Amino acid sequence: MIRDTTLGAKLWAVAVWSLVGFFVINLLAMIATVVTSSFATRWLGTWLPLGWTTRWYSSAWSEFQLWDVLIVTFQVVGLVVLLSGALGVTAAYALARRDFPGKRLLVLLFLLPLLIPPITFGIPLATVLYRTGLAGTFWGVVVANLVPTVPFVILVMIPFIEQIDPKIEAAARVFGANTFKLFIHVLLPLLLPGILAALLLVLVRTIAMFELTFLVAGPTSQTLVVALYYAVFAAGVRAVQSIDAMAVVYMATTLVWLVIALRFVNPTQIVTRAKQQPAH
Amino acid sequence: MEAIASTAHVDHGPNLRQRLAAKGFDAVTLLVVPAAIFSLLLFVYPFAFGFILSFEPKSGGWLANYQRFFSDSYFYDTIANTLGLSVPVTLLNLLLAVPVSFRVRLMRRQRLLTTILVLPITLGTVLVAEGLLNYLGPQGWFNRTLITLGFIDQPLRLVHNYWGVFASLVITGFPFTFLLTLSYVTGIDPALEQAAATLGANAWQRFFHVYLPLLMPGFAITFCLSFVQAFSVFPSAVLLGEPAGSTRVISIAAYQAAFEEYDYSMASSVAMIMGFVQLAIVVLVLASRGLFYRGPASGAKG
Repeated sequence: MIRDTTLGAKLWAVAVWSLVGFFVINLLAMIATVVTSSFATRWLGTWLPLGWTTRWYSSAWSEFQLWDVLIVTFQVVGLVVLLSGALGVTAAYALARRDFPGKRLLVLLFLLPLLIPPITFGIPLATVLYRTGLAGTFWGVVVANLVPTVPFVILVMIPFIEQIDPKIEAAARVFGANTFKLFIHVLLPLLLPGILAALLLVLVRTIAMFELTFLVAGPTSQTLVVALYYAVFAAGVRAVQSIDAMAVVYMATTLVWLVIALRFVNPTQIVTRAKQQPAH
Repeated sequence: MEAIASTAHVDHGPNLRQRLAAKGFDAVTLLVVPAAIFSLLLFVYPFAFGFILSFEPKSGGWLANYQRFFSDSYFYDTIANTLGLSVPVTLLNLLLAVPVSFRVRLMRRQRLLTTILVLPITLGTVLVAEGLLNYLGPQGWFNRTLITLGFIDQPLRLVHNYWGVFASLVITGFPFTFLLTLSYVTGIDPALEQAAATLGANAWQRFFHVYLPLLMPGFAITFCLSFVQAFSVFPSAVLLGEPAGSTRVISIAAYQAAFEEYDYSMASSVAMIMGFVQLAIVVLVLASRGLFYRGPASGAKG
């Protein structure tokens, strides 16, 4: 790498770093505001609240029925992770190992739900789900959330499966493994790191997936992020601190999984599909 | 590989199964079927259904929904509102992301920074909107700091207007744009820059004559992906903006048609127009990509 040592280059570096610093400080201050407010007794017109309390957590817990919401959230997320894993990994295996007519079209079909934002396809999808009576139910939320996650798993897994040498599978066949044994003893151990990474990313994304859940959820099938939206939307009815307490609960739920996910994946993978994109 | 599935029955000449296997259709290929059916049922079918439904309005001729959209300023203004937010935000994010990623690429420990920047993306727009309502509000720390430092006398009005939504789109959009840009910038072989430096090019010349032409296609894709995210802004436009005025974006119009008027036909029309405008801009940007160099630039690393 080339490092410039002229005055102009140094000033430029300072300018760029202060930009990054400004962004990060504002970001952290924004998060700190929410956390501080959730522990505040009264906070109006001062730098810090007058006193500290934890009672907003118990009031938010009962007001927003957080226990029910959390259970629904984890059930939805758990099912989405399992189903998208089952559907996505099998399809990715076929796409990685076989060349067949129409494969490019199929890959395009799986790419589209990731390129089109959820709210654009969510509205026609919600319309169809309301006609079939699935919307408003628990399964409606699960099905809607699967639409972007199945393609996501497929596209993360294809490059991962492609880099596993097919000769290993052929060798297992030669030594007499049937399909089941091949899967359990050869494929699964090799694929496990990739599957784990893909499913953790699905998990983090599904907890924060607002639009699709919002469009199809009924009163009993709301996830945490949708409940938070309704609470902020109807702000004024309840104390700000109570809503902030709920926001902290939401942050904690998301961040626990983010920390776990970051042990296995690169942060950039949360944004892009994987590191497979070439530079041109 | 194909031999695995069809080792039996070689003696009678190729049967149907073997002929299909030779083309790539065998038991393994069938594994793609469940996901394909799922995608057809829940992605392609709803889209087609919505497209047809948009031509079956509650009243009037088959184009009535589209006529209503383009004759009522309450509807067609949403396109301008959405573009007025998403285009400047995307350009700003990209313009900020480029110098930052050129600086970060020299860092050895990028992980801490990328982890911090991944936070707003994982937390999602609803939480960012809620946080910014407090933080940018008249009593929030942002205005308070500016007043203490003496930059302003009165608190700036930053929430429940255009700038609130703008700020939320920068907070969630900049990390996204930056991480994408970083992956493109680090993908370029540093030997190219070293060669240019050896031949006497200064930093600006290296950027404009070596990096920029190579990165242009990547920037085009980054612009498209970031733009599409900003274009479909919904929760923060409602919570942080003025959903009845300057930040009445197109997704709000679609949502209101579907869930406040219960006119799914109109909602589908709005969704189709939204998809079309997005697609038009994406195609425009990607088409201009052809004007730049396309070829190997990543070196012999991988």
